[in-house]
Amino acid sequence: MVDARVEEFRDQARRRLEGKLTEDQFKPLRLMNGLYLQLHAYMLRVAIPYGTLNAHQMEALADIAEKYDRGYGHFTTRQNIQYNWIKLEDAADILADLSKVEMHAIQTSGNCIRNISADHFAGAAADEVVDPRPYAELMRQWSSFHPEFTYLPRKFKIAVIGSETDRAAMRLHDIGIRIVKRDGEVGAQFFAGGGMGRTPMIAPMIRDFVPLDQLIIYAEACLRVYNRYGRRDNKYKARIKILVHELGAAEYTRQVEDEFAHMLSVGIEPPREELARIAAHFAPPAFVDGPKTLDRSDPDFALWVDRNTHRHQHDAYVSAVISLKPAGGIPGDATADQMRLMARLAKQYSFDELRVMHTQNVLLPHVRIADLHAVWSALDEAGLGSPNMDTIEDIIACPGLDYCSLANARSIPLAQRISERFAASGRTAELGELKLKISGCINACGHHHAGHIGILGVDKKGTENFQLSLGGSEAEDVSLAKITGPGFDEDGVVAAVEKVTDVYLGAREDGERFLDTYRRIGMEPFKEALYGR
Amino acid sequence: MADNLGTSPDEVQFRFRDDDPVDHGTVTVDSALEQTNANAVRIEPGDDARLLLPFLDRLALVEVNFPAFGDGRGYSAARILREAGYAGELRAVGDVLIDQLSHMRRCGFDSFAPDKRLDEDDAARAFATWENVYQRAADARVIIADKRHEA
Amino acid sequence: MKILTGNDLRSGAVTWWNGTGWSLFVDDAVDVGDEAKEILAREEAARRVNVPYVIEATIDAGGHVRPAHIKDRVRALGPTVRRDLAVPTAAKTGWDWVI
Repeated sequence: MVDARVEEFRDQARRRLEGKLTEDQFKPLRLMNGLYLQLHAYMLRVAIPYGTLNAHQMEALADIAEKYDRGYGHFTTRQNIQYNWIKLEDAADILADLSKVEMHAIQTSGNCIRNISADHFAGAAADEVVDPRPYAELMRQWSSFHPEFTYLPRKFKIAVIGSETDRAAMRLHDIGIRIVKRDGEVGAQFFAGGGMGRTPMIAPMIRDFVPLDQLIIYAEACLRVYNRYGRRDNKYKARIKILVHELGAAEYTRQVEDEFAHMLSVGIEPPREELARIAAHFAPPAFVDGPKTLDRSDPDFALWVDRNTHRHQHDAYVSAVISLKPAGGIPGDATADQMRLMARLAKQYSFDELRVMHTQNVLLPHVRIADLHAVWSALDEAGLGSPNMDTIEDIIACPGLDYCSLANARSIPLAQRISERFAASGRTAELGELKLKISGCINACGHHHAGHIGILGVDKKGTENFQLSLGGSEAEDVSLAKITGPGFDEDGVVAAVEKVTDVYLGAREDGERFLDTYRRIGMEPFKEALYGR
Repeated sequence: MADNLGTSPDEVQFRFRDDDPVDHGTVTVDSALEQTNANAVRIEPGDDARLLLPFLDRLALVEVNFPAFGDGRGYSAARILREAGYAGELRAVGDVLIDQLSHMRRCGFDSFAPDKRLDEDDAARAFATWENVYQRAADARVIIADKRHEA
Repeated sequence: MKILTGNDLRSGAVTWWNGTGWSLFVDDAVDVGDEAKEILAREEAARRVNVPYVIEATIDAGGHVRPAHIKDRVRALGPTVRRDLAVPTAAKTGWDWVI
């Protein structure tokens, strides 16, 4: 299937270069294969379905970075990878190389259903109720080349989780699905109409329980209502969140339920055996018993274990986060050699499996506690061992005006300055969990609306300016951040971040995170510190 | 919008039916609801295809207009009609380009009248694009999942 | 002055109209006066450039062609956070020139 698509694209690119297709005609076609025209060159966004890949695939990504790009790639906030220096004439060859390792760039752009994202700790997290990946895979198949939903009003993003904890920002997606168990029966809780961008919204629940064998039909019904009635008059009002908001959740739900009832009679659900086949593919690996504790005498190692590992379903294992956020570095970027190291570690220590996180890090889902020190040593040597997961140094930043033609301001230099500042002052550990997110424009690819601290780059009369916001959360306690007040220039916003962390440290009680203190004391104390009122 | 602005048989570039095409123009959905003998209708993107459901038996031709190829509402209209059992000609008209042909076919379109005539070879390739498909759709192609689990 | 910029169709590289063709270097950009529309249409149709557009620019104190908008200055030089990947003109103008 992917090969057919590669040849289709090769033909489209040929017709473009020959002039048989104008740019207006070609653009939607190249976008459907993830090829953007950005500031400096074409950019290719490769799909990594629900963030999962194996060592062979990671090595292929490294080879592509070296052969066709400038030796590095960028892991994104939707669990994909982007290459920034692509030539149109190479694009079909790259897609062919990807196809050899069963990867592609399909539907990573355009007004279609995008990469299905999922909890990056799926199949490993100790608190998981049901592994969401089989359902993410089922949905991926259903959404690929869907003939009815290829020209939606706008892009469509779906996230699937399988726990009470939300590690995929599920409520901030066009459709969010939580796989649940009710009285022993597995089913799906549906949320629709979430999103960030210009008008952030939290998705309301539209159905509490859809039986598993109707999951696809229900999703199809949601999409059909959107395809038929989503706004097409205004690009900025075309997402499903606007439709749900304007109709009201109750009315949207009613229309979905009507369509769903109709579709049940038509019979589009894949056979149950297919779901079983897919689920078998995600069966847990052959875990081996082993030590459940480790030697913490090396303080650097101990710090990394405390910060960067996550409790596993099996007590001899943990999930280990590979930080792509060295202080002062570019968030989410990895060199070809770093990718190869990650691949080697996955093969050797993690059942050949890696996950890309929407926080722009990578993780090894199943590492034996006995092997942790070896893994950490290798990571540390390669600059991938920063012990900063979910701290203020673990900044999420979109590519911004350094790369992106949509941006108003550069987000990466800001991330570099902030992470450097806090690393140098040694305050990172003291601040604990603090999720800082930076977007270079109102499209919010940096998810700043969901940041404990969020920063938005704006254009102020041709110069870069930054708005600060506080109190957002992408987790199950989802909330949207609120703007503090007037914006700042680059120096000003770095100082502002320091000021708000000072306020937090001065006011916090009993193990409160920054987010908790903000929720308790409100915006006023922060406003006073920032604007002196 | 005036009636009888539909396409004529010679504007149809591809047709996958054995019967003879309707030899007169189409009327709008509004007109079709009033004229009890209209057998050829044209659906615009904003029309609700379900309004035609009570009259499907007397319809021989339904045109679905795509004023801009990026407006995908016509695909849903097509599937809705086929799901309801419409067996007459379902024609895609307007801004129909090579790259939409296979999706349109899968949604149930069996004739095509693009504004600009398309290259025959490119079109043949486009119609043959997908050897395997994932989803059940109006064209009753056996999906990959069913092929895998054939007894 | 008004200058023209776009991307090379094949490679995606940033290009600037130098009066007869498309250069990789912003300092080669020429003032097109009133002829922007005509040149853009012709060059795009011939596929010698992709998605070109006209922008305001000045000659700065150092004698360099300076696009009015920061976005085009980033295009002229390269990503400010990867100076090793810069267009060669970067060495002449210095990186503060972008801001």
